Amino acid sequence: MGVITKTVRAGLLATVCGVSLLAVSAPGAYATGMPQLDFANPLVTGQVMWGAIIFFIFYLVLSKAMLPGVARVLHDRSQRITGDLEVARSAKQDADKAVAELQQARKDAMAEAQAHLQKVLDEEHRAAEQQMQEINARLASEIADAEKNVAAEKARALSALKEIAADTTQALVQRLTGVAPDAQLVAQSVESASAHRSII
Amino acid sequence: MAGGSSINVLEQFELHPVLGGLGEALRFSQSPLYMMAAVCLVLAFLYFGMRPAAVVPGRLQAAAEVCYEFIHNMAVDTIGPEGAAFFPFIFTLFFFILAGNYIGLLPFSFTFTSHIAVTFAMAFMVFLLTVVVSLKVQGLRFFAHFMPDGASPFLAPLLIPIEILSFLSRPVSLSIRLFANMVAGHVMFDIFASFVIMLAGFGVVGDVFAIGPIAINVALMALELLVGVLQAYVFAILTCIYLREAVAH
Repeated sequence: MGVITKTVRAGLLATVCGVSLLAVSAPGAYATGMPQLDFANPLVTGQVMWGAIIFFIFYLVLSKAMLPGVARVLHDRSQRITGDLEVARSAKQDADKAVAELQQARKDAMAEAQAHLQKVLDEEHRAAEQQMQEINARLASEIADAEKNVAAEKARALSALKEIAADTTQALVQRLTGVAPDAQLVAQSVESASAHRSII
Repeated sequence: MAGGSSINVLEQFELHPVLGGLGEALRFSQSPLYMMAAVCLVLAFLYFGMRPAAVVPGRLQAAAEVCYEFIHNMAVDTIGPEGAAFFPFIFTLFFFILAGNYIGLLPFSFTFTSHIAVTFAMAFMVFLLTVVVSLKVQGLRFFAHFMPDGASPFLAPLLIPIEILSFLSRPVSLSIRLFANMVAGHVMFDIFASFVIMLAGFGVVGDVFAIGPIAINVALMALELLVGVLQAYVFAILTCIYLREAVAH
């Protein structure tokens, strides 16, 4: 501050000297002296009075009317800008929230669908297995029945075979001997023969 | 000047009563008239600039807003949060001086800031304001500022008169700075213009050489436009600095 003050003072001194020199060198300038320093002139001091009045009115008009108007415009603008920014920020927040909700919903739906699919697959699997078991059981029982039938048929055929053999034997013996053999004896012979051969 | 066409470069600072006897009686010269013109110019600029009050400003409104924000920032940045209260005063001061300086640059017009009575009245008003604000904010501690902190008590007889003198010289330096700058500029305009008339007396050769002073006056006009705004700024910023010291606790 000290240096600045000194510089300013030096500058002032130089300026005043320069002005004085110019005033001296100018033709006919110094004769009358500077009108500004003629304080005997009522117009010079009158400036102060009028200046005070004008300055005060200027100050009043500016501070009461003009500057508050400018301040209001600037304030409204900054208010509007912050308001718009706030709206934009809340809109962005809403959008972000909506996106998050959407993503969550999609994830939930995916998980639900996966679970549902698994359940359906399991059910199908179980149903198929059960059906298979039923079919197997039915097939097994049918096979068993068929085998029983076959065995019965076979037994019946075999028992019929002995009768046929006895009949054939009787007919053969009668043809060969001309005598009808005892049926009892024939049956006995067929029995023993068949036992030897073990056809069955 | 043998030819008798002498030009008095200080004649431009003379005051003449406006409206004859009435102006004489009311001590109303052309100086208050130009003050009024300057004030009306600034008010008209602000009024027509801010009349649209648009959210997206036009050129004139943007200029008015720049002026407002420039002075507002200067006041608040320099003085501190209390600066907002002094802002209208700083604004008034700055634009009163600026408009006065610039109106004075118009040909045939008058520069009221070239009168020491006007500049000293403004500087003294600033000085009184700082003293009143200092006493109101700091009370009697204000007088402690005349003894710098940490200085040896043995230096007090030397330091205190220096500090008091430096404090009292503020309005003097503030007023003379503005007054001297304005006077110097306008005297130089007149001197170089008088060279042109002097050279005109030397015939064709003189006419050719007269281009030099005219070119210098054109350059001087650019310089004076700079000086005009610079001096208004210096006056306003120094007022802010004095007020900062006044409101400092």
